[in-house]
Amino acid sequence: MNIHEFQAKELFADFGIAIPKGVAAKSADEFESALKQLPEGPVVVKAQIHAGGRGKGTFTNGFKGGVHVCKDKASALEAARSMLGNTLVTHQTGPEGKVVKTLFFNETCDIKKEYYLAITLDRGSSRPVIIASTEGGVDIETVAAEAPEKITKVFIDPAQGLQAYHKRKVAFGLGFSEKAQLKQMDTLLTGLYRLYWEKDASLVEINPLITTPEDRIIALDAKVGFDENALFRHSDILDLRDLDEEDPKEVEAGRHGLNYIALDGNIACLVNGAGLAMATMDIIKHFGGNPANFLDVGGGASEEAVTEAFRIILSDPKVEGILVNIFGGIMSCKVIASGVIAAARNVDLKVPLVVRLEGNEVEEGKALLEESKLPLTPASSLSDAARKVVAEVAPSKQ
Amino acid sequence: MSILVGKETRVVGQGITGNFGSLHARKNIEYGTSYVAAVTPGKGGQQFEGSIPIFNTVHEAVEKEGANTSVIFVPPPFAADGILEAIDAGIELVVCITEGIPVRDMAVVKDALSKSRTRLIGPNCPGIITPGVCNIGIMPGYIARPGRIGVVSRSGTLTYEAVFQVTERGYGQSTCIGIGGDPINGTSHIDAIRLFNEDPDTEAIIMIGEIGGTAEEEAAAYIKEHVNKPVAAFIAGMTAPPGRRMGHAGAIVSGGSGTAEAKVTALKAAGIAVSETPSEIAETLFGIYTPS
Repeated sequence: MNIHEFQAKELFADFGIAIPKGVAAKSADEFESALKQLPEGPVVVKAQIHAGGRGKGTFTNGFKGGVHVCKDKASALEAARSMLGNTLVTHQTGPEGKVVKTLFFNETCDIKKEYYLAITLDRGSSRPVIIASTEGGVDIETVAAEAPEKITKVFIDPAQGLQAYHKRKVAFGLGFSEKAQLKQMDTLLTGLYRLYWEKDASLVEINPLITTPEDRIIALDAKVGFDENALFRHSDILDLRDLDEEDPKEVEAGRHGLNYIALDGNIACLVNGAGLAMATMDIIKHFGGNPANFLDVGGGASEEAVTEAFRIILSDPKVEGILVNIFGGIMSCKVIASGVIAAARNVDLKVPLVVRLEGNEVEEGKALLEESKLPLTPASSLSDAARKVVAEVAPSKQ
Repeated sequence: MSILVGKETRVVGQGITGNFGSLHARKNIEYGTSYVAAVTPGKGGQQFEGSIPIFNTVHEAVEKEGANTSVIFVPPPFAADGILEAIDAGIELVVCITEGIPVRDMAVVKDALSKSRTRLIGPNCPGIITPGVCNIGIMPGYIARPGRIGVVSRSGTLTYEAVFQVTERGYGQSTCIGIGGDPINGTSHIDAIRLFNEDPDTEAIIMIGEIGGTAEEEAAAYIKEHVNKPVAAFIAGMTAPPGRRMGHAGAIVSGGSGTAEAKVTALKAAGIAVSETPSEIAETLFGIYTPS
């Protein structure tokens, strides 16, 4: 689960991490009072959406940039008014963009040098890793590819936790050597690791981390993501979730215990199991089609789950055909077939439906599908199913 | 004829008195798996299925019933604790079915595993089956039959798909292991492949991977260096968009790493036969392997 920059910075402040003074506002009425809380002088106005690349983004009304450094509060007010309620398109939002509902006003900081600092899970070692680089303000992937020597990685033994030498290693890796700097880095890393560990973050990232001409070390940006499996023990974090930032179909699917991810194709798929669901998308593509979604209905594939899945799939206007692929392991294919038939009737299906069942009592399941008199096409294998659904959808595209 | 589980396996079921756990434990027992104990804190002294003693702690199950393997159906908030208890009790093999364990909890478990002799399979996995002998977890037993092909996979239903394809062609499996779809797991592809390679009764191996992490690339390098048995592979997630978790917590392409393309390239470079579609996994193996 991701949160907004202003929320991440509030968490930073709670954990003793130095940030520029900033105030968030959700309506034009709040702008002036928000700005009053900042010192006179230049102000940075930052559109709050979950996607990156805001600075280089463009609003659909033509206004350029989702991050503006304004010379004074009056021009900050003007910039904020141009952004609020408008749609910002960045390289991460897709062409549809994201509506800006919150603006974040920040005092400006003079920058001496920019750095990168993050903590995440290193899958190879199954340990938290601190990643620090002297190249701030650019993608860490780019630095890793072009100048890996500029990256310092420090792995933390989860049983020992963060030790003083870990913090020194990071600080020295970034080229800090003066006592005052080392002390600031110690405080910063202590807070950042505590935030990562105690709040079950999946990523805490500061890009850029900066030094000012006075040698203060400040988190100019903040990005924090959380392990969704751990949200049950963090109701405070769950409160930060912004459903407006998520695909409504995905939110609805989640409510029914389904795992759905929207894609841009026209062949929907409904599968039990995440691996098989991915493989089903792949095989649709393999035979020349385009998958409209990833959808895992879970192991059981009950009638209720399949009905909801059909509803969600069909709320996507791009969908021109559906492939149902269920491997009935423990559950009988008869039960699954009855569920698919009932669900198809419940939603009054109007697009071609290809069903591939395999596993326990498959012949009985297939017989039920045929007796149903529904306009569905049974398939004998996954390849057969993919070929059939691609063929049924293809003519309608011409 | 197998790795990790066989006739000597004595299972203690942790959390098998709940609905989901009891359903699958019963199926495992019907299959012939030897369940010697159950552990549900607070239910010690009762019996599971009328004959299997329930204990409050795993230690008691080990001391009194000689349990050497544990299967965990404990809900996610308490599952890591269940694994740690099994490790502490000296269980040799822990099979954790639970999906949704926080990564932080698993980081602690992984550390504890490294300081113990316990092997963990999973979490978020379908379990392990040695056909005809022992089935631990949620895999449908009837799809497998005794044979000489080892199967290792990160995905449940995709495992069934591959196992079923092998069985339909009249062949069988030595052991099938679902290693699970989480970013931190106990047994990796390499671990399973090493065991299959050392098992005299396994002649060929099917490996099923998916996007996220680099476990398949590492397995490819290991196979090239150490394995002379035929290996066929399939990787799911060619069409998965970057930055999205595809159902499994570990199935995510991040920062350009963990792509299906990179995995397929590494596997092919190691001389492994890679199936183009999930429908042709067995066919791909039998293209390079003639069963004895």
